[in-house]
Amino acid sequence: MRQTGWRLFLQTVIARAYPRVIGMQRERSWMFFDVFLPLLAVSAYVFVYRAIGAPEEYVGFVVIGGAMTAFWMNVLWAMSSQLYWEKEQGNLALYIMAPNSMMAILLGMAVGGMFATSLRAAAVVLIGSVIFQVQYVVVSLPALLAVFFLAMTALYGMGMMLASLFLLLSREAWHLSNLAQEPIFLLAGFYFPIKHFNFWIAAVASIIPLTLGLDAMRQLVFPSGAALGFVSVPIEIGVLVILCVVFLVAARVLLGYMERLAIREGRLTESRG
Amino acid sequence: MNSKSAISNLNSSVWRSFRTAAWLGWQIESNWTDPFLFAVYSIIKPLASAMILVVMYGVITHGDFASPLFPYIYLGNAFYIYVGAVMTGISWAVVDDREHYKTLKYIYTAPTHFPTYLCGRGVARFLTGTFSVVITIVCGILFLHVPIDFAAMDVPLFVVALLIGVLMLAMMGLLLAGVTLLTVHHYGAVGEAVAGALYLFSGAIFPLDVLPAFLRPLGFLMPITYWLELLRRTLVGSVAQAFPTLAGLSNAQLFAILLGLTALFTALAAIVFRWCELRARERGLLDRVSNY
Repeated sequence: MRQTGWRLFLQTVIARAYPRVIGMQRERSWMFFDVFLPLLAVSAYVFVYRAIGAPEEYVGFVVIGGAMTAFWMNVLWAMSSQLYWEKEQGNLALYIMAPNSMMAILLGMAVGGMFATSLRAAAVVLIGSVIFQVQYVVVSLPALLAVFFLAMTALYGMGMMLASLFLLLSREAWHLSNLAQEPIFLLAGFYFPIKHFNFWIAAVASIIPLTLGLDAMRQLVFPSGAALGFVSVPIEIGVLVILCVVFLVAARVLLGYMERLAIREGRLTESRG
Repeated sequence: MNSKSAISNLNSSVWRSFRTAAWLGWQIESNWTDPFLFAVYSIIKPLASAMILVVMYGVITHGDFASPLFPYIYLGNAFYIYVGAVMTGISWAVVDDREHYKTLKYIYTAPTHFPTYLCGRGVARFLTGTFSVVITIVCGILFLHVPIDFAAMDVPLFVVALLIGVLMLAMMGLLLAGVTLLTVHHYGAVGEAVAGALYLFSGAIFPLDVLPAFLRPLGFLMPITYWLELLRRTLVGSVAQAFPTLAGLSNAQLFAILLGLTALFTALAAIVFRWCELRARERGLLDRVSNY
């Protein structure tokens, strides 16, 4: 039976999420490296904190922040740059020719990537917490889950939006993704609370959903988290809701625009190595 | 052909391979954008990386940048840029040429000296890395008062140590490039993992004494540990000697250890690369593309 409407949309989402979930588990060495590399960075920053005599909760901040880097890397390399890679491999034209929604393809990539990355992030938190003996005190589990899912929705919505922008790029895509690592780790406070920034710097950094997501999660799982939080958790939840809506709508609008522009300029099948 | 002309031909081939690879590497690294954007790109990344440590340090110590620990962390992190640039750059050339440009088999079959070609590909990264190191250190001096005393600086030792260190990193990069020839499905993860592990175990951003005792021997086996210590001492003198880890060793001893370990890694790189290259040929891995 020929599928149309929401059934086709859903099938496309599942079809695109499938290789993300299954493929990423199939290459065992990738799972190892995806957990091992963030753990190395986490360990290095933990030892820096220990060398300068930081309170122990900062070790926990680093472990949580280090785990969340997996999501940022996934959004950068497997969402934002993805349409560029697909173009390089020759798949992009096939996606556009097929009778499905590009939005559904992006959503499938997001859902699959989020699931696969969650497993890796959980492993980093688990191993990091055991190695460095991190103590958690969960203030509110529903609030924690809400913050996590809102941050993920906004983050992957941002990834979907960036994917359409990257559609017009060639080799710059690789370099831009490469560039958006350390500066974002700094701005979003992956390894320290953003409260230590000037208010306006922290406010601008809050455009990146992980900034407020991380800050809220730290407030909800560490005893001293609230004292080191940027703003209160309810405000952060409210802003995350707004970011979810803005990024998802922007992704839809930009995708349509960029797709038309790329078709008009003949960039869908170009490969400039 | 007599042996003298054979040696002359080899030298010519080696130099040509190196020069061409260096030029190619520079084009790949830089010609994706205009020079201004490329310069900005080369500055932002290392500065952001340094700023993470600066903020962490500033938050905990309430801005006590006069402590000897700060230049230790800051300079170690700055010079560690070379590790990512040179070592990972050389090994990444294998992935880049095989997977991305799909030219590895053509380069391999061309009249080039392959290991030299890979080292040449690292030159562009060395140059951009040098730019990043200089910018990071200059910012440290100007804005964070990293106490470099140019009058007291041991310039000859600094230059020689720096060059030997770059050679050592190139040899480690060649060793990794050999391994990368065999690890088709692992793209650049091998290089990143080694660079990440060395960041942790070489005392780049914290004294080795902070590591658990059972992990410290790993740091003492790594030439990067001695290289970074020597560079710190030549720049900030006694400040670097404030930490007990290598305080018992004089500059001459550190230099001798660095030389010895560099020689060891050079020999190891030659053996491992040759072995991996032969295995890659046997198993048909030189042109294997995973499309990952």
